[in-house]
Amino acid sequence: MTGFFTLLYKELLRFWKVGFQTIVAPMVSTLLYLLIFFHVLEAHVEAYPGVAYTAFLIPGLVMMAVIQNAFANASSSMIQSKISGNIVFILLSPLSYHAIFFAYIIASIVRGLLVGLGVYWVTLFFFDIPLAQPVWSILFVVLGSAILSALGLIAGIWADKFDQLAAFQNFIILPLTFLSGVFYTIHSLPAGWQYFSHLNPFFYMIDGFRYGFFGVSDVSPYISLLIVAICLVAISMLTIRMLKTGYKLRH
Amino acid sequence: MQPAIEVKHVSKRFGNVRALSGIDLEIRAGEFFALLGPNGAGKTTLISIIAGLTLADSGSVSVMGHNVITQYRQARQSLGVVPQELVFDPFFTVREILLIQSGYYGIKHNGAWVDEIIERLDLTGKANANMRALSGGMKRRVLVAQALVHKPPVIILDEPTAGVDVELRQSLWDFIRQLNHNGHTIVLTTHYLDEAETLCNRVAMLKEGKIVALDSAQNMIGKLPAGKSVRLRLLPDTLPAALQTLQLSHSGGMVELRIDTYAQVELILSALRAAQIGILEMHLQQPDLEDVFVNMMRNSGNEVT
Repeated sequence: MTGFFTLLYKELLRFWKVGFQTIVAPMVSTLLYLLIFFHVLEAHVEAYPGVAYTAFLIPGLVMMAVIQNAFANASSSMIQSKISGNIVFILLSPLSYHAIFFAYIIASIVRGLLVGLGVYWVTLFFFDIPLAQPVWSILFVVLGSAILSALGLIAGIWADKFDQLAAFQNFIILPLTFLSGVFYTIHSLPAGWQYFSHLNPFFYMIDGFRYGFFGVSDVSPYISLLIVAICLVAISMLTIRMLKTGYKLRH
Repeated sequence: MQPAIEVKHVSKRFGNVRALSGIDLEIRAGEFFALLGPNGAGKTTLISIIAGLTLADSGSVSVMGHNVITQYRQARQSLGVVPQELVFDPFFTVREILLIQSGYYGIKHNGAWVDEIIERLDLTGKANANMRALSGGMKRRVLVAQALVHKPPVIILDEPTAGVDVELRQSLWDFIRQLNHNGHTIVLTTHYLDEAETLCNRVAMLKEGKIVALDSAQNMIGKLPAGKSVRLRLLPDTLPAALQTLQLSHSGGMVELRIDTYAQVELILSALRAAQIGILEMHLQQPDLEDVFVNMMRNSGNEVT
């Protein structure tokens, strides 16, 4: 276990040492989103009956910040180590594949949660947001960030260059996030779009997370939990398999 | 006694390039062993396969009796590798790096040993400096230190002295020699053949993915067709008739005479004295590992000695 804890500690220290860039900067950009949407839309939209748009938006933005940073942490740590070559120190060591997987994933979850908590904490000064069933929120934010961490690890292992990683992020992660209902409830969408939204696993993360705040959601939180859990297991298995076979890491 | 490293029928291709074809090699525990060969001969590929960084297409490798694939954790625990490239993690200081590296090997409180390696490798002044701030030679020392944190029984150094100044090279070899003395098996690759000749018990020469020679440096040199010779600048520049039969060449005022034993030098000197010929300059020439290397790489060299 010492090996696992050391790698976890190293991964935590890695982003903590550049905390301004890895925690504060994404907090600021998320709060800017909030400020702009609040200014433009607060008076016009009501997401659920009795739920103001800003109150609806905040959990979405928090979740978006969490999953984006979880992804960014695992993917950038892996690709930086690969490109600079220092991944060799992990590959030479007797660390098991599972230890490597869990250390990267947990460190990325922690970074995601720190950014998300930071955003949430700041919004508490300005807005009154209910937290009806916090257990659901915690469950979804942890599982969701775990999925994105594993996806980040996959992307970091797969990409040979930074622009391939950027493509993965911009053409897969970003559309799935933006079209998952961060900014809107999918009931406001035309039927066709609603159908496509239901194929997006990110939708269930955010919907379930929001259920914890308002006790209201687009689909049942139990269904969301099942889908999110299945996704996490499948993606984790794929990631561990990549580590075990040495895909793109051991030639 | 169990071999430190056992390589059996290992082959590896990269696309159309045959990097290694059917390598068999056994390195005994406690040996100081050199892997030599020109660039592209397969030295680094072989080391990478032993370290588990590269996967062989066929064959098997074990380190201290542990298969590097099926028992990878035990095999890697037994092995310390100094990679050829100057890689480093820019987020940490030298001491942090070494403690983290210890943790990867399951060692919790390694401060005392880490401080000792830091001191032995002359890194004390840089222990709390960030890796980015170090010169190339300093980074190289940290790489060596990283390979030693877990006191591995087998240490592989891939060109540890490339681009390193004379002073560090000597202190590095002193340290490595002491490790070997304490029972660690050492395997190195180098382009400085004199290093291999003076340090190593045995030498393997690789060419185009095959081992073309495997023996002690002395035996390899002894097998060379060209023997010892003595080169002289004489006044007057003529050779007594008695020595004509030994002459190998005579150009630019230098005459080269072939000798089979050092006792012959005395005979040459007395013949010159008798003929009243003075000696202005004298060099004793003996073949070294470099001659073996050049000879091996020039010949087709497919047979394994």
